[in-house]
Amino acid sequence: MEAPIVAAAGLRKRYDKHEVVCGVDFTVRPRECFGLLGPNGAGKTTTIRMLTGFAPIDAGTLSVFGLPVGPADVRAIKSRIGVAPQEENLDPDLTVAKNLLIYASYFGIRGGDARARVAELLAFAALADRAADRIPTLSGGMKRRLVLARALVNRPRLLVLDEPTTGLDPQARHLVWERLRELKRSGVAMLLTTHYMEEAAQLCDRLVVMNHGRIIAEGTPRDLIERYVGREVVEIATGDDPGERARVAARCRALGGRVEEVGDHVLLYLDGAADARAVLAALASETLTHRRATLEDVFLTLTGRELRE
Amino acid sequence: MTPGFLGGTLCVWRRDMESWRKYWKASLVGALGEPILALVAIGYGLGRFVDIDPGGAGVGYAQFLAPGILASAAMNAASFEATFGSFTRMTEQKTYDAILATPIGIREIVAGDALWAATKATLSGTAVLLVAVAAGLVRSPAACLLPAVALVVGLVFATMGLVVASRAQAYDFFTYYFTLVIAVMYFFSGIFFPLASLPGWARAVAWCLPLTHAVALSRACAAGTVGGAALLHLGVLVFVLGTSYALAVRLVGRRLIV
Repeated sequence: MEAPIVAAAGLRKRYDKHEVVCGVDFTVRPRECFGLLGPNGAGKTTTIRMLTGFAPIDAGTLSVFGLPVGPADVRAIKSRIGVAPQEENLDPDLTVAKNLLIYASYFGIRGGDARARVAELLAFAALADRAADRIPTLSGGMKRRLVLARALVNRPRLLVLDEPTTGLDPQARHLVWERLRELKRSGVAMLLTTHYMEEAAQLCDRLVVMNHGRIIAEGTPRDLIERYVGREVVEIATGDDPGERARVAARCRALGGRVEEVGDHVLLYLDGAADARAVLAALASETLTHRRATLEDVFLTLTGRELRE
Repeated sequence: MTPGFLGGTLCVWRRDMESWRKYWKASLVGALGEPILALVAIGYGLGRFVDIDPGGAGVGYAQFLAPGILASAAMNAASFEATFGSFTRMTEQKTYDAILATPIGIREIVAGDALWAATKATLSGTAVLLVAVAAGLVRSPAACLLPAVALVVGLVFATMGLVVASRAQAYDFFTYYFTLVIAVMYFFSGIFFPLASLPGWARAVAWCLPLTHAVALSRACAAGTVGGAALLHLGVLVFVLGTSYALAVRLVGRRLIV
Protein backbone atom coordinates (compact mmCIF):
# COMPACT_ATOMS: atom_id res chain seq x y z
CA MET A 1 0.00 0.00 0.00
CA GLU A 2 1.18 3.53 -0.80
CA ALA A 3 2.52 5.64 2.06
CA PRO A 4 -0.20 7.86 3.53
CA ILE A 5 -0.19 11.60 2.81
CA VAL A 6 -1.17 12.43 6.38
CA ALA A 7 -0.75 10.18 9.42
CA ALA A 8 -1.95 11.27 12.85
CA ALA A 9 -1.64 9.13 15.96
CA GLY A 10 -2.66 9.99 19.50
CA LEU A 11 -2.86 13.66 18.56
CA ARG A 12 -3.66 15.99 21.47
CA LYS A 13 -4.07 19.72 21.99
CA ARG A 14 -4.95 21.60 25.13
CA TYR A 15 -5.89 25.27 25.58
CA ASP A 16 -5.53 26.30 29.21
CA LYS A 17 -7.32 23.57 31.13
CA HIS A 18 -9.55 22.53 28.28
CA GLU A 19 -8.40 19.70 26.05
CA VAL A 20 -9.88 20.34 22.60
CA VAL A 21 -8.26 17.43 20.74
CA CYS A 22 -8.00 14.35 22.94
CA GLY A 23 -6.08 11.60 21.18
CA VAL A 24 -7.02 11.51 17.52
CA ASP A 25 -5.82 8.90 14.98
CA PHE A 26 -6.43 9.03 11.26
CA THR A 27 -4.68 8.76 7.91
CA VAL A 28 -5.28 10.42 4.59
CA ARG A 29 -4.30 8.26 1.63
CA PRO A 30 -3.04 9.45 -1.73
CA ARG A 31 -5.73 10.82 -4.07
CA GLU A 32 -8.51 10.47 -1.53
CA CYS A 33 -10.85 13.07 -0.07
CA PHE A 34 -10.95 12.62 3.67
CA GLY A 35 -13.55 14.39 5.77
CA LEU A 36 -13.44 15.61 9.36
CA LEU A 37 -17.04 16.03 10.47
CA GLY A 38 -18.36 17.28 13.75
CA PRO A 39 -20.38 19.98 15.44
CA ASN A 40 -18.85 23.35 16.34
CA GLY A 41 -16.21 22.90 19.00
CA ALA A 42 -15.54 19.25 18.11
CA GLY A 43 -11.85 19.96 17.44
CA LYS A 44 -11.85 19.88 13.63
CA THR A 45 -10.29 23.27 13.06
CA THR A 46 -7.71 22.72 15.80
CA THR A 47 -6.71 19.44 14.16
CA ILE A 48 -6.24 21.27 10.87
CA ARG A 49 -4.32 24.07 12.57
CA MET A 50 -1.89 21.51 13.97
CA LEU A 51 -1.45 19.99 10.55
CA THR A 52 -0.71 23.35 8.90
CA GLY A 53 1.73 24.48 11.58
CA PHE A 54 -0.55 27.08 13.19
CA ALA A 55 -0.86 25.21 16.47
CA PRO A 56 2.01 23.36 18.16
CA ILE A 57 1.19 19.73 18.95
CA ASP A 58 0.97 18.87 22.66
CA ALA A 59 1.24 15.09 22.33
CA GLY A 60 1.07 12.36 19.71
CA THR A 61 2.58 12.23 16.26
CA LEU A 62 1.56 13.91 13.06
CA SER A 63 3.32 13.57 9.76
CA VAL A 64 2.61 14.98 6.31
CA PHE A 65 4.28 13.39 3.25
CA GLY A 66 6.21 11.29 5.79
CA LEU A 67 7.75 14.42 7.37
CA PRO A 68 6.99 15.07 11.04
CA VAL A 69 5.09 18.35 11.51
CA GLY A 70 7.41 20.61 13.47
CA PRO A 71 9.85 23.51 13.11
CA ALA A 72 12.44 21.49 11.18
CA ASP A 73 10.25 20.52 8.23
CA VAL A 74 7.48 23.08 8.35
CA ARG A 75 8.70 24.90 5.22
CA ALA A 76 9.09 21.72 3.22
CA ILE A 77 5.57 20.67 4.21
CA LYS A 78 4.00 24.05 3.52
CA SER A 79 5.62 24.27 0.11
CA ARG A 80 3.67 21.14 -0.92
CA ILE A 81 0.25 21.75 0.63
CA GLY A 82 -2.50 24.21 -0.22
CA VAL A 83 -4.62 25.71 2.55
CA ALA A 84 -8.07 27.21 2.06
CA PRO A 85 -8.97 28.67 5.46
CA GLN A 86 -12.45 29.08 6.87
CA GLU A 87 -12.13 32.85 7.14
CA GLU A 88 -11.57 34.72 3.93
CA ASN A 89 -8.16 36.42 4.20
CA LEU A 90 -7.58 37.77 0.72
CA ASP A 91 -5.68 41.03 0.30
CA PRO A 92 -8.45 43.62 0.02
CA ASP A 93 -6.28 46.32 -1.57
CA LEU A 94 -4.97 44.09 -4.35
CA THR A 95 -6.77 43.01 -7.49
CA VAL A 96 -7.89 39.43 -8.02
CA ALA A 97 -4.88 38.66 -10.25
CA LYS A 98 -2.42 40.45 -7.94
CA ASN A 99 -3.69 38.39 -5.01
CA LEU A 100 -2.65 35.26 -6.87
CA LEU A 101 0.62 36.69 -8.21
CA ILE A 102 1.78 37.86 -4.79
CA TYR A 103 0.78 34.54 -3.25
CA ALA A 104 2.74 32.71 -5.94
CA SER A 105 5.82 34.71 -4.97
CA TYR A 106 5.64 33.26 -1.45
CA PHE A 107 6.31 29.87 -3.02
CA GLY A 108 9.13 31.23 -5.16
CA ILE A 109 7.00 31.20 -8.32
CA ARG A 110 7.61 34.40 -10.27
CA GLY A 111 7.81 36.00 -13.70
CA GLY A 112 6.31 34.18 -16.67
CA ASP A 113 5.67 30.99 -14.70
CA ALA A 114 3.64 32.94 -12.17
CA ARG A 115 1.63 34.75 -14.83
CA ALA A 116 0.87 31.52 -16.67
CA ARG A 117 -0.21 29.80 -13.45
CA VAL A 118 -2.41 32.74 -12.48
CA ALA A 119 -4.13 32.71 -15.88
CA GLU A 120 -4.83 28.98 -15.46
CA LEU A 121 -6.22 29.44 -11.98
CA LEU A 122 -8.41 32.38 -12.96
CA ALA A 123 -9.96 30.22 -15.65
CA PHE A 124 -10.37 27.33 -13.21
CA ALA A 125 -12.11 29.59 -10.69
CA ALA A 126 -14.29 31.20 -13.40
CA LEU A 127 -12.83 34.59 -12.46
CA ALA A 128 -10.94 35.49 -15.65
CA ASP A 129 -13.23 38.43 -16.35
CA ARG A 130 -12.73 39.76 -12.81
CA ALA A 131 -8.91 39.66 -12.88
CA ALA A 132 -8.52 43.44 -12.58
CA ASP A 133 -11.20 43.93 -9.91
CA ARG A 134 -10.50 44.47 -6.26
CA ILE A 135 -11.65 42.03 -3.60
CA PRO A 136 -14.46 44.08 -1.98
CA THR A 137 -16.34 44.07 -5.30
CA LEU A 138 -16.55 40.24 -5.38
CA SER A 139 -19.49 38.15 -4.18
CA GLY A 140 -19.07 35.59 -1.40
CA GLY A 141 -18.92 32.73 -3.90
CA MET A 142 -16.25 34.49 -5.98
CA LYS A 143 -14.13 35.12 -2.90
CA ARG A 144 -14.39 31.44 -1.95
CA ARG A 145 -13.34 30.38 -5.44
CA LEU A 146 -10.43 32.79 -5.31
CA VAL A 147 -9.34 31.42 -1.92
CA LEU A 148 -9.48 27.94 -3.45
CA ALA A 149 -7.52 29.07 -6.52
CA ARG A 150 -4.95 30.71 -4.27
CA ALA A 151 -4.51 27.45 -2.35
CA LEU A 152 -3.67 25.73 -5.65
CA VAL A 153 -1.01 28.17 -6.79
CA ASN A 154 1.86 25.82 -5.83
CA ARG A 155 0.21 22.72 -7.37
CA PRO A 156 -0.17 21.08 -3.94
CA ARG A 157 -0.36 17.32 -3.47
CA LEU A 158 -2.58 17.86 -0.45
CA LEU A 159 -5.34 20.42 -0.24
CA VAL A 160 -6.60 21.36 3.22
CA LEU A 161 -10.10 22.82 3.16
CA ASP A 162 -11.68 24.23 6.30
CA GLU A 163 -15.44 24.49 5.70
CA PRO A 164 -15.04 25.36 2.03
CA THR A 165 -18.66 26.30 1.33
CA THR A 166 -19.95 27.71 4.61
CA GLY A 167 -22.15 30.72 3.93
CA LEU A 168 -22.54 30.13 0.19
CA ASP A 169 -25.81 29.93 -1.70
CA PRO A 170 -26.65 26.61 -3.40
CA GLN A 171 -25.43 27.66 -6.85
CA ALA A 172 -22.10 28.87 -5.50
CA ARG A 173 -21.76 25.74 -3.38
CA HIS A 174 -22.35 23.40 -6.30
CA LEU A 175 -19.76 25.23 -8.39
CA VAL A 176 -17.18 24.80 -5.61
CA TRP A 177 -18.05 21.09 -5.30
CA GLU A 178 -17.68 20.63 -9.03
CA ARG A 179 -14.21 22.20 -8.91
CA LEU A 180 -13.19 20.06 -5.95
CA ARG A 181 -14.31 16.88 -7.74
CA GLU A 182 -12.28 17.98 -10.75
CA LEU A 183 -9.23 18.39 -8.53
CA LYS A 184 -9.77 15.01 -6.98
CA ARG A 185 -9.85 13.40 -10.40
CA SER A 186 -6.52 15.07 -11.14
CA GLY A 187 -5.00 13.22 -8.17
CA VAL A 188 -4.91 15.87 -5.41
CA ALA A 189 -5.54 14.45 -1.94
CA MET A 190 -7.92 16.47 0.22
CA LEU A 191 -8.56 16.92 3.87
CA LEU A 192 -11.88 18.64 4.38
CA THR A 193 -13.76 19.81 7.43
CA THR A 194 -17.44 20.51 7.18
CA HIS A 195 -20.64 20.42 9.11
CA TYR A 196 -22.70 20.09 5.96
CA MET A 197 -23.48 16.43 5.68
CA GLU A 198 -24.50 16.75 2.08
CA GLU A 199 -21.05 18.17 1.33
CA ALA A 200 -19.38 15.24 3.02
CA ALA A 201 -21.60 12.78 1.16
CA GLN A 202 -20.86 14.47 -2.15
CA LEU A 203 -17.10 14.72 -1.79
CA CYS A 204 -15.61 12.41 0.81
CA ASP A 205 -14.30 8.91 0.12
CA ARG A 206 -13.83 8.32 3.83
CA LEU A 207 -14.61 10.38 6.86
CA VAL A 208 -14.47 10.53 10.60
CA VAL A 209 -17.03 12.07 12.92
CA MET A 210 -15.50 14.04 15.78
CA ASN A 211 -17.23 15.06 18.99
CA HIS A 212 -15.70 16.75 22.03
CA GLY A 213 -12.17 16.26 20.66
CA ARG A 214 -12.51 12.54 19.92
CA ILE A 215 -13.19 10.49 16.83
CA ILE A 216 -16.43 8.63 17.45
CA ALA A 217 -16.95 6.97 14.07
CA GLU A 218 -14.96 6.28 10.94
CA GLY A 219 -15.78 4.87 7.53
CA THR A 220 -17.14 5.59 4.07
CA PRO A 221 -20.37 7.62 3.99
CA ARG A 222 -22.33 4.50 2.94
CA ASP A 223 -20.79 2.36 5.70
CA LEU A 224 -21.59 4.91 8.35
CA ILE A 225 -25.19 5.24 7.24
CA GLU A 226 -25.75 1.49 7.25
CA ARG A 227 -23.90 0.96 10.51
CA TYR A 228 -25.52 3.70 12.56
CA VAL A 229 -28.97 4.38 11.13
CA GLY A 230 -29.87 1.73 8.57
CA ARG A 231 -31.01 2.38 5.03
CA GLU A 232 -34.33 4.08 5.42
CA VAL A 233 -36.14 6.47 7.71
CA VAL A 234 -39.83 7.05 8.28
CA GLU A 235 -40.72 10.48 9.64
CA ILE A 236 -44.17 10.85 11.16
CA ALA A 237 -45.58 14.30 11.88
CA THR A 238 -47.39 14.41 15.22
CA GLY A 239 -48.17 18.07 15.78
CA ASP A 240 -47.46 19.85 19.03
CA ASP A 241 -49.30 17.47 21.36
CA PRO A 242 -46.79 15.43 23.44
CA GLY A 243 -49.44 12.81 24.14
CA GLU A 244 -49.96 12.25 20.44
CA ARG A 245 -46.20 12.03 19.93
CA ALA A 246 -45.87 9.41 22.70
CA ARG A 247 -48.71 7.39 21.14
CA VAL A 248 -47.04 7.38 17.71
CA ALA A 249 -43.65 6.56 19.23
CA ALA A 250 -45.13 3.58 21.09
CA ARG A 251 -46.75 2.37 17.89
CA CYS A 252 -43.44 2.61 16.05
CA ARG A 253 -41.54 0.80 18.78
CA ALA A 254 -43.94 -2.07 18.46
CA LEU A 255 -42.92 -2.37 14.80
CA GLY A 256 -39.21 -2.78 15.63
CA GLY A 257 -36.31 -0.54 14.63
CA ARG A 258 -34.91 2.42 16.51
CA VAL A 259 -37.31 5.24 17.37
CA GLU A 260 -36.49 8.84 18.14
CA GLU A 261 -38.86 11.61 19.26
CA VAL A 262 -37.87 15.07 18.05
CA GLY A 263 -40.02 18.19 18.45
CA ASP A 264 -43.22 17.68 16.50
CA HIS A 265 -42.35 14.40 14.83
CA VAL A 266 -41.19 10.85 15.41
CA LEU A 267 -38.37 9.17 13.49
CA LEU A 268 -38.32 5.44 12.86
CA TYR A 269 -34.99 4.11 11.54
CA LEU A 270 -35.35 0.94 9.49
CA ASP A 271 -32.31 -1.26 9.21
CA GLY A 272 -31.92 -3.68 6.34
CA ALA A 273 -33.77 -6.45 8.19
CA ALA A 274 -37.05 -4.64 8.73
CA ASP A 275 -39.67 -5.04 6.06
CA ALA A 276 -40.24 -1.47 4.98
CA ARG A 277 -43.42 -2.28 3.10
CA ALA A 278 -45.02 -3.95 6.13
CA VAL A 279 -44.05 -1.04 8.37
CA LEU A 280 -45.45 1.50 5.96
CA ALA A 281 -48.68 -0.44 5.68
CA ALA A 282 -49.00 -0.60 9.46
CA LEU A 283 -48.50 3.17 9.74
CA ALA A 284 -50.70 4.04 6.78
CA SER A 285 -53.10 6.07 8.93
CA GLU A 286 -50.32 8.50 10.01
CA THR A 287 -48.95 11.54 8.14
CA LEU A 288 -45.56 10.17 7.14
CA THR A 289 -42.57 10.69 4.93
CA HIS A 290 -40.49 7.72 3.84
CA ARG A 291 -36.93 8.57 2.76
CA ARG A 292 -33.45 7.15 2.46
CA ALA A 293 -31.22 7.55 5.50
CA THR A 294 -28.53 10.22 5.12
CA LEU A 295 -25.28 11.19 6.77
CA GLU A 296 -27.22 13.86 8.59
CA ASP A 297 -29.11 11.12 10.43
CA VAL A 298 -25.77 9.51 11.33
CA PHE A 299 -24.41 12.81 12.50
CA LEU A 300 -27.36 13.64 14.72
CA THR A 301 -27.50 10.10 16.08
CA LEU A 302 -23.83 10.22 17.02
CA THR A 303 -23.45 13.78 18.23
CA GLY A 304 -26.89 14.39 19.69
CA ARG A 305 -29.40 17.11 18.95
CA GLU A 306 -28.59 19.65 21.63
CA LEU A 307 -27.29 23.01 20.45
CA ARG A 308 -23.55 23.62 20.59
CA GLU A 309 -21.93 26.82 21.85
CA MET B 1 12.60 27.42 -5.41
CA THR B 2 11.25 28.29 -1.97
CA PRO B 3 12.40 31.79 -0.95
CA GLY B 4 14.98 32.10 1.84
CA PHE B 5 15.01 34.75 4.55
CA LEU B 6 15.92 37.66 2.28
CA GLY B 7 13.67 36.54 -0.57
CA GLY B 8 10.77 35.99 1.80
CA THR B 9 11.28 39.38 3.42
CA LEU B 10 11.18 41.05 0.01
CA CYS B 11 8.00 39.14 -0.92
CA VAL B 12 6.26 40.51 2.18
CA TRP B 13 7.64 44.00 1.49
CA ARG B 14 6.33 43.82 -2.05
CA ARG B 15 2.87 42.77 -0.86
CA ASP B 16 2.72 45.83 1.38
CA MET B 17 4.04 48.12 -1.34
CA GLU B 18 1.54 46.86 -3.93
CA SER B 19 -1.32 47.31 -1.45
CA TRP B 20 -0.23 50.89 -0.78
CA ARG B 21 0.28 51.98 -4.37
CA LYS B 22 -3.36 52.92 -4.78
CA TYR B 23 -3.22 55.25 -1.81
CA TRP B 24 0.23 56.74 -2.25
CA LYS B 25 -0.93 60.30 -2.89
CA ALA B 26 -3.03 60.59 0.24
CA SER B 27 -0.36 58.80 2.20
CA LEU B 28 2.41 61.16 1.07
CA VAL B 29 0.41 64.27 1.88
CA GLY B 30 -0.06 62.93 5.41
CA ALA B 31 3.55 61.91 5.84
CA LEU B 32 5.03 65.15 4.50
CA GLY B 33 2.55 67.76 5.56
CA GLU B 34 3.25 67.57 9.25
CA PRO B 35 7.06 67.70 9.29
CA ILE B 36 7.12 70.50 6.74
CA LEU B 37 4.57 72.49 8.74
CA ALA B 38 6.67 71.97 11.87
CA LEU B 39 9.78 73.14 10.07
CA VAL B 40 8.11 76.29 8.73
CA ALA B 41 5.94 77.21 11.71
CA ILE B 42 8.42 76.44 14.44
CA GLY B 43 11.67 76.95 12.57
CA TYR B 44 10.83 80.27 11.01
CA GLY B 45 7.91 81.41 13.14
CA LEU B 46 9.21 80.62 16.59
CA GLY B 47 12.83 80.67 15.47
CA ARG B 48 12.82 84.46 15.19
CA PHE B 49 12.47 84.70 18.96
CA VAL B 50 15.03 82.02 19.75
CA ASP B 51 18.72 82.58 20.12
CA ILE B 52 20.00 79.04 19.86
CA ASP B 53 23.50 80.11 19.07
CA PRO B 54 24.76 82.53 21.70
CA GLY B 55 28.34 81.88 20.58
CA GLY B 56 27.51 83.24 17.13
CA ALA B 57 28.76 80.37 14.96
CA GLY B 58 25.98 81.17 12.53
CA VAL B 59 23.53 78.33 13.20
CA GLY B 60 19.98 79.60 12.86
CA TYR B 61 17.12 77.90 14.69
CA ALA B 62 15.60 76.45 11.53
CA GLN B 63 18.98 74.98 10.73
CA PHE B 64 19.16 73.46 14.20
CA LEU B 65 15.65 72.11 13.89
CA ALA B 66 15.73 70.56 10.40
CA PRO B 67 17.73 67.35 11.11
CA GLY B 68 15.61 66.65 14.20
CA ILE B 69 12.39 67.09 12.25
CA LEU B 70 13.77 64.70 9.65
CA ALA B 71 14.45 62.05 12.29
CA SER B 72 11.02 62.53 13.88
CA ALA B 73 9.31 62.34 10.48
CA ALA B 74 10.99 58.97 9.96
CA MET B 75 9.95 57.88 13.46
CA ASN B 76 6.32 58.87 12.92
CA ALA B 77 5.97 57.33 9.49
CA ALA B 78 7.44 54.02 10.66
CA SER B 79 5.51 54.00 13.93
CA PHE B 80 2.14 54.54 12.27
CA GLU B 81 2.69 51.89 9.64
CA ALA B 82 4.04 49.31 12.11
CA THR B 83 1.24 49.81 14.63
CA PHE B 84 -2.04 50.60 12.83
CA GLY B 85 -0.95 49.05 9.53
CA SER B 86 0.64 45.88 10.86
CA PHE B 87 -2.10 45.39 13.46
CA THR B 88 -4.70 45.44 10.68
CA ARG B 89 -2.73 42.82 8.77
CA MET B 90 -2.21 40.75 11.91
CA THR B 91 -5.86 40.78 13.05
CA GLU B 92 -8.64 42.17 10.89
CA GLN B 93 -7.35 41.24 7.44
CA LYS B 94 -5.59 38.07 8.65
CA THR B 95 -2.88 38.73 6.11
CA TYR B 96 -0.23 37.20 8.35
CA ASP B 97 -2.27 34.01 8.61
CA ALA B 98 -2.59 33.84 4.85
CA ILE B 99 1.19 34.21 4.46
CA LEU B 100 1.94 31.72 7.22
CA ALA B 101 0.14 29.00 5.26
CA THR B 102 3.02 29.28 2.75
CA PRO B 103 6.75 28.59 3.23
CA ILE B 104 7.18 32.19 4.48
CA GLY B 105 7.57 32.28 8.29
CA ILE B 106 7.17 34.77 11.13
CA ARG B 107 10.74 36.06 10.80
CA GLU B 108 10.23 37.10 7.20
CA ILE B 109 6.79 38.56 7.91
CA VAL B 110 8.14 40.77 10.71
CA ALA B 111 11.22 41.73 8.69
CA GLY B 112 9.18 42.47 5.55
CA ASP B 113 6.60 44.55 7.40
CA ALA B 114 9.37 46.45 9.23
CA LEU B 115 11.21 47.05 5.98
CA TRP B 116 8.05 48.40 4.43
CA ALA B 117 7.40 50.76 7.36
CA ALA B 118 11.05 51.86 7.12
CA THR B 119 10.58 52.46 3.40
CA LYS B 120 7.80 54.91 4.19
CA ALA B 121 10.07 56.47 6.82
CA THR B 122 12.78 56.88 4.20
CA LEU B 123 10.34 58.59 1.84
CA SER B 124 9.26 60.99 4.60
CA GLY B 125 12.82 61.69 5.71
CA THR B 126 14.00 62.27 2.16
CA ALA B 127 11.17 64.68 1.48
CA VAL B 128 12.09 66.69 4.58
CA LEU B 129 15.70 66.64 3.40
CA LEU B 130 14.74 68.02 -0.01
CA VAL B 131 12.79 70.85 1.62
CA ALA B 132 15.69 71.58 3.98
CA VAL B 133 18.19 71.62 1.10
CA ALA B 134 15.95 73.88 -0.96
CA ALA B 135 15.67 76.27 2.00
CA GLY B 136 19.43 76.30 2.41
CA LEU B 137 19.27 74.73 5.85
CA VAL B 138 21.53 71.79 5.01
CA ARG B 139 24.76 72.27 3.09
CA SER B 140 27.20 69.51 4.02
CA PRO B 141 27.82 66.75 1.44
CA ALA B 142 27.44 64.28 4.35
CA ALA B 143 23.72 65.11 4.17
CA CYS B 144 23.60 62.54 1.35
CA LEU B 145 23.67 59.98 4.18
CA LEU B 146 20.40 61.29 5.63
CA PRO B 147 18.04 59.00 3.62
CA ALA B 148 20.05 56.05 4.96
CA VAL B 149 19.72 57.48 8.47
CA ALA B 150 15.95 57.73 7.93
CA LEU B 151 15.94 54.06 6.85
CA VAL B 152 17.75 52.96 10.02
CA VAL B 153 15.55 55.14 12.22
CA GLY B 154 12.54 53.73 10.38
CA LEU B 155 13.64 50.14 11.04
CA VAL B 156 14.16 50.91 14.73
CA PHE B 157 10.70 52.41 15.19
CA ALA B 158 9.05 49.87 12.91
CA THR B 159 10.27 46.94 14.99
CA MET B 160 9.30 48.79 18.18
CA GLY B 161 5.86 49.42 16.69
CA LEU B 162 5.52 45.73 15.82
CA VAL B 163 6.29 44.80 19.42
CA VAL B 164 3.46 47.10 20.51
CA ALA B 165 1.12 45.81 17.78
CA SER B 166 1.77 42.22 18.82
CA ARG B 167 0.42 43.01 22.30
CA ALA B 168 -2.48 45.25 21.26
CA GLN B 169 -6.07 44.08 21.68
CA ALA B 170 -7.62 47.03 19.83
CA TYR B 171 -6.61 50.16 17.94
CA ASP B 172 -7.22 52.27 21.07
CA PHE B 173 -4.17 50.67 22.62
CA PHE B 174 -1.95 52.67 20.26
CA THR B 175 -3.16 55.93 21.78
CA TYR B 176 -1.14 55.07 24.88
CA TYR B 177 1.93 54.28 22.85
CA PHE B 178 1.73 57.47 20.83
CA THR B 179 1.06 59.81 23.75
CA LEU B 180 3.27 58.13 26.35
CA VAL B 181 6.19 57.02 24.20
CA ILE B 182 6.29 58.66 20.79
CA ALA B 183 5.15 62.13 21.90
CA VAL B 184 7.51 62.14 24.88
CA MET B 185 10.40 61.31 22.59
CA TYR B 186 9.33 63.95 20.12
CA PHE B 187 9.61 66.67 22.76
CA PHE B 188 12.59 65.46 24.80
CA SER B 189 15.05 64.07 22.30
CA GLY B 190 16.83 67.30 21.47
CA ILE B 191 14.79 68.22 18.42
CA PHE B 192 13.58 71.59 19.72
CA PHE B 193 16.32 72.54 22.19
CA PRO B 194 19.86 71.33 22.91
CA LEU B 195 19.97 68.65 25.61
CA ALA B 196 22.72 70.64 27.29
CA SER B 197 20.01 72.96 28.60
CA LEU B 198 18.46 70.14 30.63
CA PRO B 199 19.48 69.25 34.20
CA GLY B 200 21.88 66.31 34.45
CA TRP B 201 19.35 63.64 35.39
CA ALA B 202 16.98 64.66 32.61
CA ARG B 203 19.84 64.57 30.15
CA ALA B 204 20.67 61.03 31.31
CA VAL B 205 17.05 59.97 30.73
CA ALA B 206 17.01 61.64 27.34
CA TRP B 207 20.04 59.65 26.22
CA CYS B 208 18.11 56.47 26.97
CA LEU B 209 15.55 57.37 24.28
CA PRO B 210 16.30 55.94 20.85
CA LEU B 211 15.07 59.11 19.14
CA THR B 212 17.77 61.12 20.94
CA HIS B 213 20.42 59.06 19.17
CA ALA B 214 18.52 59.31 15.90
CA VAL B 215 18.41 63.12 16.17
CA ALA B 216 22.09 63.32 17.14
CA LEU B 217 23.07 61.11 14.19
CA SER B 218 20.90 63.08 11.81
CA ARG B 219 22.35 66.37 13.05
CA ALA B 220 25.90 65.09 12.65
CA CYS B 221 25.19 64.16 9.03
CA ALA B 222 23.51 67.49 8.32
CA ALA B 223 26.42 69.40 9.83
CA GLY B 224 29.07 67.22 8.21
CA THR B 225 30.57 66.20 11.56
CA VAL B 226 30.35 62.43 11.06
CA GLY B 227 32.85 60.90 13.47
CA GLY B 228 33.18 58.56 16.43
CA ALA B 229 30.17 60.03 18.23
CA ALA B 230 27.96 59.51 15.17
CA LEU B 231 29.09 55.88 14.96
CA LEU B 232 28.23 55.42 18.60
CA HIS B 233 24.71 56.75 17.99
CA LEU B 234 24.39 54.41 15.03
CA GLY B 235 25.57 51.55 17.23
CA VAL B 236 22.88 52.30 19.83
CA LEU B 237 20.21 52.39 17.11
CA VAL B 238 21.39 49.09 15.63
CA PHE B 239 21.32 47.55 19.10
CA VAL B 240 17.74 48.73 19.71
CA LEU B 241 16.81 47.46 16.26
CA GLY B 242 18.25 44.00 16.90
CA THR B 243 16.58 43.72 20.29
CA SER B 244 13.16 44.86 19.22
CA TYR B 245 13.26 42.74 16.05
CA ALA B 246 13.99 39.62 18.10
CA LEU B 247 11.24 40.54 20.56
CA ALA B 248 8.75 41.29 17.78
CA VAL B 249 9.41 37.90 16.12
CA ARG B 250 8.84 36.17 19.43
CA LEU B 251 5.69 38.05 20.35
CA VAL B 252 4.07 37.95 16.92
CA GLY B 253 4.82 34.21 16.86
CA ARG B 254 3.24 33.76 20.25
CA ARG B 255 0.15 35.59 19.09
CA LEU B 256 -0.35 33.71 15.83
CA ILE B 257 0.96 30.21 16.53
CA VAL B 258 -1.14 28.96 19.43
